[in-house]
Amino acid sequence: MRQVAIYGKGGIGKSTTTQNLNAGLGEMGKKIMIVGCDPKADSTRLILGGLAQQTVLDTLREEGDDVDLDMVLKEGFEGIKCVESGGPEPGVGCAGRGIITSINLLEQLGAYESDLDYVFYDVLGDVVCGGFAMPIREGKAKEIYIVCSGEMMALYAANNISKGIMKYAETGGVRLGGLICNSRNVDGEADLVQAVAKELGTQMIHFVPRDNMVQRAEINRQTVIEFDAKCNQADEYRTLANKIDGNDMFIIPKPLTQDRLEALLMEHGLME
Amino acid sequence: MDAREAVLDKYSGRVFKNRKDHIVELDEAGVPKEIASNSRSVPGLMINRGCCYAGCKGVVLGPLRDTVVITHGPIGCGYYTWGTRRNKADAPDGRNFIQYSFSTDMQETDIVFGGMKKLHQAIKEAVEIFQPKAVMICSTCPIGLIGDDINAVAATAEKEFGITCIAYSCEGYKGVSQSAGHHIANNGLMKRVIGSAKDEIPKEKKTFRLNILGEYNIGGDGWEQERILKKIGYEVVAVLTGDGSYEALTHAHTANLNLVQCHRSINYIAEMMKTKYNIDWIKVNFIGIDETIRTLREIADYFDDETIKKRTEEVIAEELEEIAEEREFYRNKLTGKTAGIFVGGSRSHHYQHLLMDFGVKTVIAGYEFAHRDDYEGREVIPDIKLDADSKNIEQITVEPDQQLFHVALDKARFDELRKKNVELEYYKGMFKDMGDGTITIDDFNHYETEKVLEIFKPDIFYSGIKDKYMIMKKGVPSNQLHSYDYSGPYACFKGSITFARNTYLSISTPAWNMMTPPWRTKSTLEGTLGDENYA
Repeated sequence: MRQVAIYGKGGIGKSTTTQNLNAGLGEMGKKIMIVGCDPKADSTRLILGGLAQQTVLDTLREEGDDVDLDMVLKEGFEGIKCVESGGPEPGVGCAGRGIITSINLLEQLGAYESDLDYVFYDVLGDVVCGGFAMPIREGKAKEIYIVCSGEMMALYAANNISKGIMKYAETGGVRLGGLICNSRNVDGEADLVQAVAKELGTQMIHFVPRDNMVQRAEINRQTVIEFDAKCNQADEYRTLANKIDGNDMFIIPKPLTQDRLEALLMEHGLME
Repeated sequence: MDAREAVLDKYSGRVFKNRKDHIVELDEAGVPKEIASNSRSVPGLMINRGCCYAGCKGVVLGPLRDTVVITHGPIGCGYYTWGTRRNKADAPDGRNFIQYSFSTDMQETDIVFGGMKKLHQAIKEAVEIFQPKAVMICSTCPIGLIGDDINAVAATAEKEFGITCIAYSCEGYKGVSQSAGHHIANNGLMKRVIGSAKDEIPKEKKTFRLNILGEYNIGGDGWEQERILKKIGYEVVAVLTGDGSYEALTHAHTANLNLVQCHRSINYIAEMMKTKYNIDWIKVNFIGIDETIRTLREIADYFDDETIKKRTEEVIAEELEEIAEEREFYRNKLTGKTAGIFVGGSRSHHYQHLLMDFGVKTVIAGYEFAHRDDYEGREVIPDIKLDADSKNIEQITVEPDQQLFHVALDKARFDELRKKNVELEYYKGMFKDMGDGTITIDDFNHYETEKVLEIFKPDIFYSGIKDKYMIMKKGVPSNQLHSYDYSGPYACFKGSITFARNTYLSISTPAWNMMTPPWRTKSTLEGTLGDENYA
C-alpha cells in the first residue's frame, strides 16, 4: 500500500488534481482510498458526484463511540473509497487537532485495508501546524507531491512545505516524490517549475496544461475522465497517473533560500 | 562553606548561575539584599509552584460563595482545584456554591469544534439550577490554544440571563507561577465587580467600615478576624475573597479603609481602589498574637477615635486573658525550637511572628511565587525590571471616580502614621524581620529542601502537600500552611493557640524519625545530579 500526501498553496487545485489523477489510477484498476484533510470537506466531491457524505468528525460528535466505518466511507467513481475528515466551521475550534483525531479513528475502524494499492491524503493549504503535518508523521504517508504553478506564491508555498517535509523526513521517513505543475499559463512556467524542482533535488513529475474542460467537469461534479473520457485533458491526467505509479525518485528536499527562489524567478519567469 | 554555598554546591554551571540569585543569606548588618524572584523555574527541578489558572480560579475567585466559577476546560483542572484549599464559606441566604466544582468537561470533539456552545450551555444550566449572583469563567490551557472567544460567550450570557458574567483568560501557561493568575483575577474584579453597586458613600457621620483584602478564610481564619473586628466596633463591608460574596464586593467601595493581609495576591486591587475611590490601604497581619495586637492598634490609630481605641484595648485584654494559660503552656514547651517555612507569597513572613510568640525561631524561609517587593519591601518596586513573562499579563489603569471619591486622610496625619511605622500604602517585606545567618530561598525545590533540612536541622518544617511527606520521611515533622492539615483557624488570638497546639503535637510525635527505612542502611539507587548541558 502506497500512502501519498498531496500538499500545495490554497486554491492551487490540489483537490481537483488529486481526484482527476485518482480517476486515472482507478481506470488502471488500482484500489484507492482518498482521505480529505480539509475542514471544508470538499476533497471527494468529484469522485462521489456531490458533497453527500458525512464527515468523520461530525459522525464522531453526533454518534459518540458508536462510529461505524460504513457511516463515513463511501465508494465513488471506479470504486474509489472516499473519506472526509471534516472539522470545525471557520474561526472556531482546532482543525489541526481534528485531522489527528480523524486519522486515528480511521485507523481504529480498520479503514486501511491491506488490499488497498493507494491511500491519498488531500491536505489543506500550507503546513500551518502540527495537525496538518499528521499525514506525514508517524510513518503514514511516505511520499508527497506538491501541487504548484509558476506563480511566485505557489512556489514560495512549495518551498515552505519542503521545509516541513525535511523536518519529518528523518523521524517519519517521508520523502518528496515531485512537483505537479498545475498550469496557470504564466511566462516560462514549465522551465521555472523545473528549475525550482531541480534545486529542491526533485523533479517536475508532470506539467498539467490549463484546459477549460476541468471547469466543465467540475460544474458537473465529475472528474475529467468520467465527464469526457476521450478529451486531451483526460489523457493528461492518465499520464500523470502513470508517472506517479511508476515513480521511483523519492528524496529529502533541500529547501531554497528566499534570495535563491527570487533569483530563479528573475531568470525564468520573465519573458522579454 | 556557609549554608548558602552548601545548598548551591552540587549544582552544575548553568543551574548554579540561575539559582544563586534566588538564595540569600541574611545577617544583622542590615545591608539590603537583593533576591531574584518571579522568574521562570529551571526545568527538571522539582518545584512547588502552581499555574496561572490555579492563582485565578483556585486562589482569588474560588472562595466567592454566591458565585458560580466555571472552569472551561478538560475535567482535571476543575477537579484538582475542587476544595483543596479549605477556604470555608457559610452563606446566610443559602447561596453557597463553594462545595461544588463546575466544569465544561471539554472532550476531544469539543476541542476540535470549539467549546463556545458547550460553555454557553454550562452557564445556562448553572444559572437555572443555582441562581447565582454572578458567573465567572476561568479559561484553561487548551481553551487558549483553540482560541474560544470566552468574552463573547460571557457577554451573550449576561444579556440572555440578566446576570453578571465575567470571563478570565487565565490559561495555565501564562506567566511563571500562580502569581499571574492573581493579577488577572484582580483586574477582572476591579473592572466589573468592585463598586458596581455605585451606592453613595456616607459622608455626614464618621464610619468605621473596613474591607479585608487577601484573606481567603482557610480553616476559618477570616471568620476569626471578623469576630474580633466586629467586637471592637468595626463594620466589615467585604472580604476578598474568603467567605466573600459578589454582592458584598459590589459595595466594597463604601469602606473607609482596606486591610491587606496577603500582599502578593491582592495588592493590585488595594492600589487601584486607592486611585479610583481614594480608600487608604494598610498592610496588616492577623497571624501571631503580638502582630494581631499591633494590627488592631494601628487600625484604631488610623481612625483616631477614642471609643474605638478604648474598645480595642478592652478586646485585646479580653482575648489575651482567655488564652493566657495555654499560651504560657505552649511557650514553655516550644521555646528554643527552630522552624523552616516555605509557602506562598506572604505566609512565610506572617508565620514567623506567630512562631516568635512561642519562642520558635525561623531559620529558613522562602516563597513559591512572591515578587521582590514581598522580600525586600515596596520601595524596590521602581527598580523591578519587567521581563517578557510579566509583560504578557494585562496591566490595567483606573481613573478617579469623582462621585464615589472618599475624603482623603490629612497629609500631615498620613505622614505621622508612616513615621510610626504604620504600613500605610506600604509593605516592608520579609527580609527586614530576618537576619542572624538565616536564609531565604525563592522558588524552593525538593533538593534544596532536603539540603536545608540537613544543614539547619529545624524541629519543624511548614510547607504544603507537595513536599510534606518528603520532609517527614527525612524525619522532620511537617505541617501544612496551605490547607492547615484539616485544622484551623490559625488567625488572631485563639487561632494562635490552635497553631501552637498542632506544632507541639507534631514536634512531640517524631514517628518518622523512629524507624529506619531500608534506604538509610543500604544504597538503593545510584545517579548523578544536574547536567551541564541542560537547555
